[in-house]
Amino acid sequence: MDRLLHLGWLPETQGWTTRLQEARALAPPQALEALIGLANQRIDFLQTVRLDRAVQQLAGQGRELLAAARPVRLAVLGSSTVSHLLPAMRVGALRRRLWVDVYEGPYGTYRQELQEPTSGLRAFAPDVVLICLDAHHLAEREAANAATIAAEMQECWRLGQSLGCVVIQQTALPVLQPLLGNNEHRYPQSPLAIIGSLNARLRELATAAGVHLLAVDAFAAQDGISEWYDEALWHRAKQEVHPRVSHVYGDQVGRLLAAIRGRSHKCLVLDLDNTLWGGVIGDDGMGGIALGQGSAVGEAHLAFQRYALELSRRGVILAVCSKNEEAIALEAFENHPEMLLRRSHLASFVANWDDKASNLRRIAAELNIGLDSLVLADDSPFERNLVRRELPQVAVPELPEDPAGYAPCIAAAGYFECLDVTAEDQERTRQYRANAEREQLRQTVTDTTAYLATLQMELHCRPFDQLGLPRIVQLINKTNQFNLTTQRYTEPEVQAVVGDTSALHLQLRLLDRFGDNGIIAVVIGKLAAAQELRLETWLMSCRVLGRQVEAATLNVLARRAREMGARTLIGIYRPTAKNALVKAHYASLGFELASETAGESTWRLDLDKFKAAEVSMAVVESDS
Amino acid sequence: MTTAEIYQQLTEVFHEVFEDQSIVPTPNLTASDVEEWDSFNHINLMVAVESRFKIKFKTAELESLRNVGHLVEMIQKKVNGG
Repeated sequence: MDRLLHLGWLPETQGWTTRLQEARALAPPQALEALIGLANQRIDFLQTVRLDRAVQQLAGQGRELLAAARPVRLAVLGSSTVSHLLPAMRVGALRRRLWVDVYEGPYGTYRQELQEPTSGLRAFAPDVVLICLDAHHLAEREAANAATIAAEMQECWRLGQSLGCVVIQQTALPVLQPLLGNNEHRYPQSPLAIIGSLNARLRELATAAGVHLLAVDAFAAQDGISEWYDEALWHRAKQEVHPRVSHVYGDQVGRLLAAIRGRSHKCLVLDLDNTLWGGVIGDDGMGGIALGQGSAVGEAHLAFQRYALELSRRGVILAVCSKNEEAIALEAFENHPEMLLRRSHLASFVANWDDKASNLRRIAAELNIGLDSLVLADDSPFERNLVRRELPQVAVPELPEDPAGYAPCIAAAGYFECLDVTAEDQERTRQYRANAEREQLRQTVTDTTAYLATLQMELHCRPFDQLGLPRIVQLINKTNQFNLTTQRYTEPEVQAVVGDTSALHLQLRLLDRFGDNGIIAVVIGKLAAAQELRLETWLMSCRVLGRQVEAATLNVLARRAREMGARTLIGIYRPTAKNALVKAHYASLGFELASETAGESTWRLDLDKFKAAEVSMAVVESDS
Repeated sequence: MTTAEIYQQLTEVFHEVFEDQSIVPTPNLTASDVEEWDSFNHINLMVAVESRFKIKFKTAELESLRNVGHLVEMIQKKVNGG
């Protein structure tokens, strides 16, 4: 448990070196899969370096595979040595099936790299800039103070963002020696006090500037600064982050990049017996399980429930997957006085005697999310290994034997790394519950149109705005199924769309008698030559499928496109592994197939002939 | 720990760090004899040696390091408490 940060949630390595050699000998697609598998074992810093070397040496087709996965172009700017962290960053991303091309700015020239038009960084054209400055550089200069340093950082952020990059700022590591002691902060000239107040300032300023933090100060504090920083090594190699924790640092960068790409996990699937409570409810009965006050084990399980509940409040979906009699398992949720988690917190509840792999497939299908969005928390090594083997896409943390370690283990893994909590995130559990209620209503009303009418839906359409931006970027980057082109945009790219007068952009929010579903669809179109408006992005949350939102959206789109001078709408369907759902989207809306090459199809809709479809909802449009 | 045992463990560390099974750490071997032995791998080598033998080198010791034989002498002193 004490080494959790050191990839303690990953299963221990067995025969790792042999497996690395075997992976190197495989043909590219299998080699890459094998290397991703090796990255998902509990490896140390040296194994991380070796794994990175093997990936770098993937030749030919292997490189093409990685290039096709749209690598993140990451520029790393440091004030001291950061080279030793780069392999770990690549492996941290690889662990999450993300490929990174790294550019390292020359030592200590971060400002020039951002500013000079002829710099290496400019030529590299990064998507993401990571600024990591060491505490000595920041706080040991003449007349240093937090305000001046923070202002310098803001200028760097502005430069990075003006290049269209997402900026990540590493917080400063408090590695300097105290001059006062416990009340160090009362001596403002103390370099250590400066680092403390600088980090506090960075937290405020970064949020306002749309910059993400790499909070090394927080996780090094958890791990022990002496584990991270070695004074002798600093003098010898100017490495502020010790190589022995480089893989920990790199994993943090990897999870941030995954979050930026909308690739964080979405759903925590919980086992029941000996996971949510101590004991086996089928044998021990509801009164016999250990949960809550009265036993330390019961308290530990309750603490895990509390952590799961808090995750759910900020937008992580919860589900149950357990080998149990459903009625017996449900009884605990309904009647056990100590249970914090209730049936209403769970978007899906599967308790039966089927194997867990099949049940996890069922949960993913029911929730309309990919298997790679699931994290399974299960105390049984047997079940964990079975799921890892059958469904390598599902993340399965190596929970410690002691339930007191469950929450720390899930937290350390960073599966649910989240850059910002949107209002929709906080509403998600309620939305899933409302979905279940709608489902019940549908079962009582047989006619679809009559059913939809009972929902009293309102569709609110408006162009993109600053308020909706975080949710729009999030939807664009994580929607896989109802997504016609799967075109991803970073926040600066979405900003550029907003500023483009030839672009049509819409965010759609759906309300009904059960509540506000939040922003559920996004459309981006671009006016091209010949009075054609080309729909580059059309995506929708699967939660609102089958409610005529597509037809209502088209009505709005057609009218707005005409106002912009378009006479034809052009739709594109670009197939991926996940979006077969919308293959016939344009056909069903009355578009005609114009061309088809390599699976990608182009569709046309003549706006002169288009008649708005009747839909069972009120459409509310606004323009600002 | 005998000199032979130290060489045996050191060989494993060398193979892990340089990923070249053909390297044989002999007393006279220096960084200039091994192509992969650059400053990046040198730091990793020292960290790996420290963690393998559960020892800690002093700054001055690392600065004075001449060759593998010298490294083995230092390891031996530390592990055997000399």
